[in-house]
Amino acid sequence: MALWRQLTCGVRRLVRSSNADDDAADEVEQYFADAVAAAKARGLSDHDAQAAARLEVGNVTAVREQVRSFGWENAVRTFWSDLRYAARQLRSHPGFTLVSVLTLAIGIGASTAIFSAVDPILFEPLPYPHGGRVMMIWNVYQGARSELSFGTYQELVHRSHSFESMSTFEPWQPAMTGAAQAERLDGQAVSAGFFGVLGVAPALGRDFQPSEDVLNGPKVVIVSNRLWQRRFRSDPAVLGQPIKLNGNSFTIIGVMPRSFDDLLSPAADVWTPAQYDTRERMKDFTSAVWGNHLRVVGRLRPGISRDQAFHELDQIARTPWPEFPRPRWASLSHGIILDSLQEDMASTVRSALLAVLGAVFLVLAIACVNVTNLVLARSQRRGEFSVRAALGASRLRILRQVVTESLLLAMLGGLLGLGLAAAGVRALIALSPSGLPRLDAIAVNRTAFVFAFSITALVGLLTGLIPALHISRGEMHAALQQTSRRTAGNHAYTRHVLVITEVALALILLISTGLLLHSMRRLLAVQPGFNPTQLLTLQVQTSGHQFDDLPSAPNAGSEARRRFFRNALDAVRNVPGVAQAAFTSALPLSDDPSWETLYGARFEGEDPRGGHNVIRYAVSPGYCQAMQIPIRRGRCIDEHDTATASPAALLSESFARSQFPGQNPIGKRLHVGPDNRPWFIVVGVVGDVRQTSLALDSPAAVYLSTEQTWFADDTLSFVVRTQGDAAALAPTVKNAIWSIDKDQPIVRVATMNQLIATTEAQRSFVLILFEAFGLVALALAAVGMYGVLAGSVVERTREIGVRAALGASRSSILALILRDGMRLTAAGIILGLCASAGATRFLVTLLYGISPLDWMTWLGVVALLAAVAAIACWAPAWRAACVDPSITLRAE
Amino acid sequence: MSDSNTDVVQGTLDMLILKTLSLEPLHGFGIARRVEQISRGVFKVNPGSLLTALQRLERAGWLDSEWRRTENARRAKFYRLTRTGKKQLEIETADWTRRASAIARLLRQEG
Repeated sequence: MALWRQLTCGVRRLVRSSNADDDAADEVEQYFADAVAAAKARGLSDHDAQAAARLEVGNVTAVREQVRSFGWENAVRTFWSDLRYAARQLRSHPGFTLVSVLTLAIGIGASTAIFSAVDPILFEPLPYPHGGRVMMIWNVYQGARSELSFGTYQELVHRSHSFESMSTFEPWQPAMTGAAQAERLDGQAVSAGFFGVLGVAPALGRDFQPSEDVLNGPKVVIVSNRLWQRRFRSDPAVLGQPIKLNGNSFTIIGVMPRSFDDLLSPAADVWTPAQYDTRERMKDFTSAVWGNHLRVVGRLRPGISRDQAFHELDQIARTPWPEFPRPRWASLSHGIILDSLQEDMASTVRSALLAVLGAVFLVLAIACVNVTNLVLARSQRRGEFSVRAALGASRLRILRQVVTESLLLAMLGGLLGLGLAAAGVRALIALSPSGLPRLDAIAVNRTAFVFAFSITALVGLLTGLIPALHISRGEMHAALQQTSRRTAGNHAYTRHVLVITEVALALILLISTGLLLHSMRRLLAVQPGFNPTQLLTLQVQTSGHQFDDLPSAPNAGSEARRRFFRNALDAVRNVPGVAQAAFTSALPLSDDPSWETLYGARFEGEDPRGGHNVIRYAVSPGYCQAMQIPIRRGRCIDEHDTATASPAALLSESFARSQFPGQNPIGKRLHVGPDNRPWFIVVGVVGDVRQTSLALDSPAAVYLSTEQTWFADDTLSFVVRTQGDAAALAPTVKNAIWSIDKDQPIVRVATMNQLIATTEAQRSFVLILFEAFGLVALALAAVGMYGVLAGSVVERTREIGVRAALGASRSSILALILRDGMRLTAAGIILGLCASAGATRFLVTLLYGISPLDWMTWLGVVALLAAVAAIACWAPAWRAACVDPSITLRAE
Repeated sequence: MSDSNTDVVQGTLDMLILKTLSLEPLHGFGIARRVEQISRGVFKVNPGSLLTALQRLERAGWLDSEWRRTENARRAKFYRLTRTGKKQLEIETADWTRRASAIARLLRQEG
């Protein structure tokens, strides 16, 4: 009740503030009059009565102010008037306001956008219960993560005790037929406990049961909420219904919740038990259970740390047990990699994201320094504050005014920054490399909003406090006197420090940008080992029962597969505009997973337990010609390499050189894959080809004929050398393949140049951001430099006038100011160079072919920054040189 | 005016105002004069504090105010005790009596 009255009275007084003020004034007035009257009544004269009343009441104005300042609404009113005054100030300096607000907006907007993008990947917990306990388990190949085999998984499940549950998973992309059009679904073949590891149960129906995850078990699937809505109109009766995948009838047993986010395969719509053979074939190293093509995810028991689990797994890896025999490629001799799922997802992009995050914080720091600088540079405020102090404003009052003004500035910048952030996030999503995890979770989220606003407030306070403290430090009256002296005083020191900082920060960013730019140019100049222009690529997956190898006809399915691809290739070659065409099991630079392509190879005479991991390219005749891979020795795979001819193999150049230095490798014999097949005979050597990325060296490679390899690949990539625009030919080529069999899905249609752009997307993504930030930093540094020098020229007008009057020439004054600016620049550059030496080390993983201390880049960037600084210094210097001594001296 | 006058004891101004107004409605100067008279010049009321206190009490709902003519035909803002104001006065009086007698007892014991 009392509170309510406080509120209403306050609001009434706020709304009718003049009424209330008059009221208070009248009351004081009347009090004074009463006092006078009382004094007169005691018999004093008019004059004496006035004096007595004044003695009693005191200073009428002060009393009135005291009465008026009562109540909370008065604080609001003071704040309001501060705000109005601040707004007026900002309006009357539009240049300053515009630059400051834009500077802040860029800093805040960029940092919010980047933080929004980085947060779900690096910091936000996974969308699973106790997500921190979900771990990824990897084999180690050449020091990096690699897939492991079902055999290894079996051993780990049996021997380790750190995990509540473990599951394998691998991509499964079945063709869905039966309905209108054949469609390739994205999915995963998993262990029965997969969803248990993630801690999410189907929303409808049930989870897989262990009894379903056995060889030749029942064909069941769980579908995503997405697919359920799209293909089954969210019908709950879908449970138990059949769905035709790869020509087989599967039963739908569950539907995942809408909120379920499969981080291990974001596009997955179907899951099925992998149904590996757990018994008989464990001893047979040639069987599928020993292929290194599975990923393993596990959930730690509560209370077990990652380190404990890692030690246990490492111990298991180093001490094989006889009951768990291991083949060479699954020997675990390099140990095991264990990472939390979160770190695992971020591991590939972490360095890039952290670099970008670092860059954006540099930009924000520069923005803050810059605004502080701008505020400081408005030297006329010192005079104003001195006058206000002289008129009785308390120091606190002035501080409050300044802080209000800075906060207003920061809020304006923050609001505009949020707009920029929203646009920035959208741009980031559009620009982001395809490998960026959790893209769906990226939005201007609340965390980012809070983050942006706390930064805004902090920046506001900082920019407000530094100049305000400045004012309090320099005594007010001194400042008043100084209005007529105006030499570059002590306070210039702070500003100089700020400019130096700004130049140093900008230099760090620019050097990083320069390094990235330089290495990107080098990277794109790398020859992939074939000619990527006018090359169309598309992937064809065979599916259907006609391709099954049945016990009754062991090779019929494989033969059908090979026949289909042969016919399809002929059809493609007949398309007008196609110069050459071929197919391959592994397409370079297409981010095919490595396990699909890596096999063991062993030359004749080598230890059966030894061997080499090589990329197996099963190719059609004419592949080298279509790709334009140079033939170094011998011949390429051609029409003579049929199933009945002697098996032919090509070696990649570096592989041949490392195995047979100084010898002719033609005629050597080797096994690729299983040992129990006839030897492949080397018939040629071809140039190295970059397989996974332009930045990675070409691994050893062996080319075989698809007719002679030990199994018929179900998925092959066509490479089509076109006469004109490659992309334009895609529909015709697809139709040509479908003319052979319209039920075979064709996916990943892209030109080779697009594929190359995609593989380098992460680098170019980082580069684009750094370029943008580098430009902003350069512009901000220039503005800061200009602001400081312009301010100092205004302050030194009289000094310059005196110099001119004493005979200093225009050019010498120009040189004086320029020298000042360049001295600051030089100091900033030296500081920046030292800082860059440390900072650029974090970029090492993003660089290609150059050292982070590449002197060419450093020199170029320093020259660029110096040039921009010189331009920024020129304008104020020129203004100083134009000072007319007679006017200046008279004005004082 | 007596030389021995003092400022009103901290925290008692509100009570003194309420007490004064419980007799009859008064304007600001009248209240000040009345306090001084009744206390025989011991308490001197500062006009700024008094007018601020009046606003506060009015805001708290213990006083009402209106502008009207005084006996010598000038406009003045008159304050009047409300019903909650009367209650507040009783509370404060009881509270003050309790405290004053406690202090008096303490001082007696000391002596």
